[in-house]
Amino acid sequence: MSDLSGQITFGHVALALCLVVVAVVVSKAQKADLETDIVVATVRSFVQLLAVGFVLEFVLSDHGAFTPAVIAVMVATATVTSANRARRVPRARWICAAALAVATTGTLGLLLVLRIIPAVPRAVIPLGSMIIANAMNTTSLVMTRLRDDLAGHRGEVEARLSLGQTATEAAAPWHRSALRTGMLPVIDNTKVVGLVALPGAMTGMLLAGASPADAIRLQLVVMYMLLAGNAFAALVAGHLTVGRLFTADHQLIRSLRRTLT
Amino acid sequence: MGDRFELREVGVDGDDGPIVSGFSARIPADGLTAVVGPSGSGKTTLLRLLNRLDDPDAGQILLDGRDVRDYDVLELRRRVQHVGQVPVTFPGTVADNVGEGWEQLLPRVHLGPGLAEREADRLSVGEAQRMCLARALSRRPDCLLLDEPTSALDAASKGEVERLVRSLADDGLTVVMVTHELRQATEMADRIIEVRPPIRPGPQAPR
Repeated sequence: MSDLSGQITFGHVALALCLVVVAVVVSKAQKADLETDIVVATVRSFVQLLAVGFVLEFVLSDHGAFTPAVIAVMVATATVTSANRARRVPRARWICAAALAVATTGTLGLLLVLRIIPAVPRAVIPLGSMIIANAMNTTSLVMTRLRDDLAGHRGEVEARLSLGQTATEAAAPWHRSALRTGMLPVIDNTKVVGLVALPGAMTGMLLAGASPADAIRLQLVVMYMLLAGNAFAALVAGHLTVGRLFTADHQLIRSLRRTLT
Repeated sequence: MGDRFELREVGVDGDDGPIVSGFSARIPADGLTAVVGPSGSGKTTLLRLLNRLDDPDAGQILLDGRDVRDYDVLELRRRVQHVGQVPVTFPGTVADNVGEGWEQLLPRVHLGPGLAEREADRLSVGEAQRMCLARALSRRPDCLLLDEPTSALDAASKGEVERLVRSLADDGLTVVMVTHELRQATEMADRIIEVRPPIRPGPQAPR
C-alpha cells in the first residue's frame, strides 16, 4: 500500500470520531463550553462533504457540462459569506459577487487559455474552489478594512475633499493599505510555503500517491494562481467599495459621518 | 458687495431628529462672519453645507446667487476652502503640504522659511493650524470656512491665529468662522449669526 487512494472507508471515518471525542473531552474538562459547537461542526462537515462528494461523483463521471454550475454555486455561497462579513458596506453583496466572479473567471481563464491546466472537471473544480475560498477572505478583508479606515480617518478624508480632491484621490492612502491587508497573507504564505507546513494541494497529491516532484509542480501553480485570484478580488472589491462609500458629489456617505454639531 | 452665501429655510436631519431646521441667513462677501452657538446647535453642520461636505435635506443654499448644487463640486470646494478644528497634516514636509506657492504663503501665515523642510507631523498644533490655513490659501479661494480654528490651540498661538484670520478677512476674503466663544466672535467678527438648538436664526449684531 503505497498511497491512501481508495484506502479510507466509512469504518475508518467512524474510528476517526475518537479524535472528535478528544476535542470534546478537552472542552468539557476546561469548561470551554464548546461541546455543542464541536458536535454541530462534526455533523455539518459530514453532511456537507457527503453531499459535495455525491455532486463531484456525478460531475466527474461524464457529466462535465455541469462544471460551470458547480463553480457558480461556489461563487454564490462565497458571495453570501463575504457579504455577510462586510455587511456595513452598502450593496456589499453586489461588490462581493463582482469581485469573486472576476477573480474566478480571470484566474481560471488564464490557467485554461495558457493551457497550464486541462479543461476537465477534475482540474477546474478543485482549483476553482481554492481560488474562490481565498478570494472570499480577501474580498471581505479589503471591504471591511477600507470602510473602517475611512470612517476612522473621516477628518483626514474630508480635509482632502475640502482641498478639492476627488473621492478616489481622498481615499487613496486607505485604499492602498486595504489592498495590502488583503494581499499580504497570500504573499506571506507563498514566501514560507513548504517551510512551515506542507500546503494542501501538495499534501493531497502525496497522499494520493503522486511523486514529490509532481506534487510540487502542482503546488507552485496553485500558489501563483492564488496570488492572481487575490489580486483580482482585492482590485475589484477595493475599487467598488470606494465607489459605494462616497456619493457622486465626492462626499462621504452619511453612515460614515458621525453626526457633529 | 452682495451676499456670498444665502441660506434659505435649510434643514438637516440627524439620526435622532433634526440637527438644523428652517434656518435662513445671509453671509455678505466682505469681512468676517462669525457663527456662534452652544455645542449641539448645528454650527459645524451648517458650515459643512457651504462647501458641500454635506447637503441639506430641506431648503437651498446659494453661492453668489447660484445654488451650490449647480457648481462643479470640486471647483466649489476649491473656491470655498474649509479648515477644521483639529489641523490635518499630510505625509511629507510643510512645503509638500502647502504645495505650489509655499514661499509666499508661509510668511503670510507667520511661519518662518526654516519650517518649509520640516516634516509636517512634527509641527506644534498652532504651527500646524497655520500651515493648514496656508494650504487652504494655496488653492486661491474666495472664501474660507473655519470650524473653531483656535479651540485646539494654547493662548499664545490662539491670539496669533485670530490676528491672522482677521487680516485675511481685511485682505478681501470672505471668512465664515464657527465658534462657541462669544468673546472671540465679538472681538473678531464684522457680524454675528447666532444659532440655537433647535436651530433658529438669531438677531444679527453689528461688530
